[in-house]
Amino acid sequence: MAFLRMIKKRLLGLLLVVLGVSFITFAISHLIPGDPARLIAGDKASEEIVQNIREQLGLNQPLYIQYGTYLKGLATGDLGTSIRTTRPVLEDLKAFFPATLELSLVALLFASALGIPLGVISAVYKDKPIDQVVRTLAVTGISTPAFWLGLGVIVVFYGKLGLLPGGGRIDEGLTPPAAMTGFYLIDTLLQGDKAAFVSALKHILLPAFTLGFVHLGVVARQIRSAMLEQLQEDYIRTAKANGTSKWGVILHHALPNALIPSVTVIGLALGDLLYGAVLTETVFAWPGMGAYVVNSIQALDFPAVMGFAVVVSFAYVIVNLIVDMLYMLIDPRISEVS
Amino acid sequence: MTQNPVLSINDLSIEFPVYKGAVKALNGVSLHVNEGEIVGVVGESGSGKSVTSMMAMKLLPEGSYRVTQGDISILGTDIIHASEKTMRTLRGGDVAMIFQEPMTALNPTRKIGIQMTDVIRLHRRLDNDAARQLAISLLKDMHIADPESTLQRYPFELSGGMRQRVLIALAFSCNPRLIIADEPTTALDVTVQKQVLMLLKAKARELKTAILFITHDMAVVSQFCDRVYVMYAGSLVEAGSTRQVLHAPRHPYTRGLMAALPELATPGSQLQAIPGNVPDLSRLPAGCAFASRCPSRSDKCNQKPVLTSIHEATTHQVACWHPALQEELAV
Ligand SMILES: Nc1ncnc2c1ncn2[C@@H]1O[C@H](COP(=O)(O)OP(=O)(O)OP(=O)(O)O)[C@@H](O)[C@H]1O
Ligand SMILES: [Mg+2]
Repeated sequence: MAFLRMIKKRLLGLLLVVLGVSFITFAISHLIPGDPARLIAGDKASEEIVQNIREQLGLNQPLYIQYGTYLKGLATGDLGTSIRTTRPVLEDLKAFFPATLELSLVALLFASALGIPLGVISAVYKDKPIDQVVRTLAVTGISTPAFWLGLGVIVVFYGKLGLLPGGGRIDEGLTPPAAMTGFYLIDTLLQGDKAAFVSALKHILLPAFTLGFVHLGVVARQIRSAMLEQLQEDYIRTAKANGTSKWGVILHHALPNALIPSVTVIGLALGDLLYGAVLTETVFAWPGMGAYVVNSIQALDFPAVMGFAVVVSFAYVIVNLIVDMLYMLIDPRISEVS
Repeated sequence: MTQNPVLSINDLSIEFPVYKGAVKALNGVSLHVNEGEIVGVVGESGSGKSVTSMMAMKLLPEGSYRVTQGDISILGTDIIHASEKTMRTLRGGDVAMIFQEPMTALNPTRKIGIQMTDVIRLHRRLDNDAARQLAISLLKDMHIADPESTLQRYPFELSGGMRQRVLIALAFSCNPRLIIADEPTTALDVTVQKQVLMLLKAKARELKTAILFITHDMAVVSQFCDRVYVMYAGSLVEAGSTRQVLHAPRHPYTRGLMAALPELATPGSQLQAIPGNVPDLSRLPAGCAFASRCPSRSDKCNQKPVLTSIHEATTHQVACWHPALQEELAV
């Protein structure tokens, strides 16, 4: 019951967030100087032609009417038409969003799969050399600019060693899989196309590493401090006094309790990754929303930029919802109390 | 006497290295617990009771302490030199522990049932079902009304008294020869405390389990223990049967503790606490540690007194140059 109530509350919150985000992006994109109609028509076009285009796009109408029209569309899932590509924004995003989401998820997987064990080891061997190494690594991860790291790994693994591709999602010679989930790693497997899968995997390694590296540090630090806290608790002493082995105490008792507060940090990291992907995608020529958005901004393509903001904040709220649901699943105290 | 000690500590000294020196937490402590016996260790906060109990199971964080002299033997095992593996089979097996804080002593995110069967299966060759049955019967023995549903619960769903019963049931789960209980009921309110202690004692008597019972409460000692040691600043100052020590205390410190008991004070009179404070364990005096607070101190107290029998034919021992005479007793 508490579960359903929470979901209801969150869906309401989702509505408010989308409204807020659409309003802010709408305001900003219409207040910045620059005239998309002029941009489309070109420098040499007459004022008459530009005015025509304005009318076509509805840009001649008062702002509140433009916003109202936009909201009406939003309610029916219509994000408007891209000025630049002349396709529906929703179609464009559908084409690019899965690539970004796939990259972000693999980056998160990488950050957690490495960050959690590193955090645990770091806590267990607190102040020992291994802890110093992990902590240094964490700080390095958090403070390394993604584009710099991206260029670095491209130079090494693509340029010098020739081990991995330097950009794209799949080898040029291969046909991309038919979009079922939009995730190449899954679609290629579903089709049983092993070569395409291997190629997709190779392509995602470097960008996912680059994108995930920052969060590796965040996750390791979070797990370390949560573990240190749990290891001080009385129930740990009880477990030891009952004859539980050292690693039994660490993995079966301390870790599950340390993961609970860490779920939030890891969940919110996914939200960050979605935004952060823009930069990494640019470096790796990853055909996700990043490149689409950068191009849209340059073309003053309001509907496209707004669509991006709305979709990402939508995803952000959904991630939060999933985090809260996870909480209820793994922490018995919350599901009972709330 | 031909009794076998399950636990014997001989002349044990422990210190904690700290910045520029060491906290001398235990200073030449010797005590033993015989089979099936309930032995109390009583003393003020900071006197070294928990260090004694943790050290007996080698549960102090490795590297945080130094054993400067003495040894500990449990059921013939030399604890100080025992491997971690040996200790693990003892812990929760032949020797169980119960701690003060029932609210936090159980893992908050695991059900009671799993926490119990985990420990049972760690030490006994039982399948899951048999372990569950055992857990149910242990909870029944602790007078828990519906053991089956208790196993399905999380610690936060139980009251403090219930949790402590679970912990006691757990302590008995592998038929221990010795239970070390460090202030097991201090966090509970008085009526619950009494119930829980009765259950603990009844079960221990039934199974002939020995208990080393740590407390700061003389009233609890008088109800619960066969023998008692009085600890002060990491040394034992008096030892004997509960009757001897509580009804004829010889050490000025023990007498002070007794006088501080509310039920012994005459109505209207002030609660008589012992004036002064426990000495700094990193700068202990060479002589008697209690001297600075002692009403009957003399120059002789600059030498450290050792625990000796008050006369030849008794087990009542005191470490004092000026023990009180029996005739002076008020109780
Ligand atoms: N790891 C440690 N490092 C330094 N000093 C310590 C450490 N552990 C315990 N001590 C000191 O040893 C002394 C004895 O502590 P202990 O916990 O045994 O007291 P206690 O008799 O159990 O008191 P209480 O009734 O408060 O539980 C205290 O002065 C304490 O500060
Ligand atoms: Mg204590």
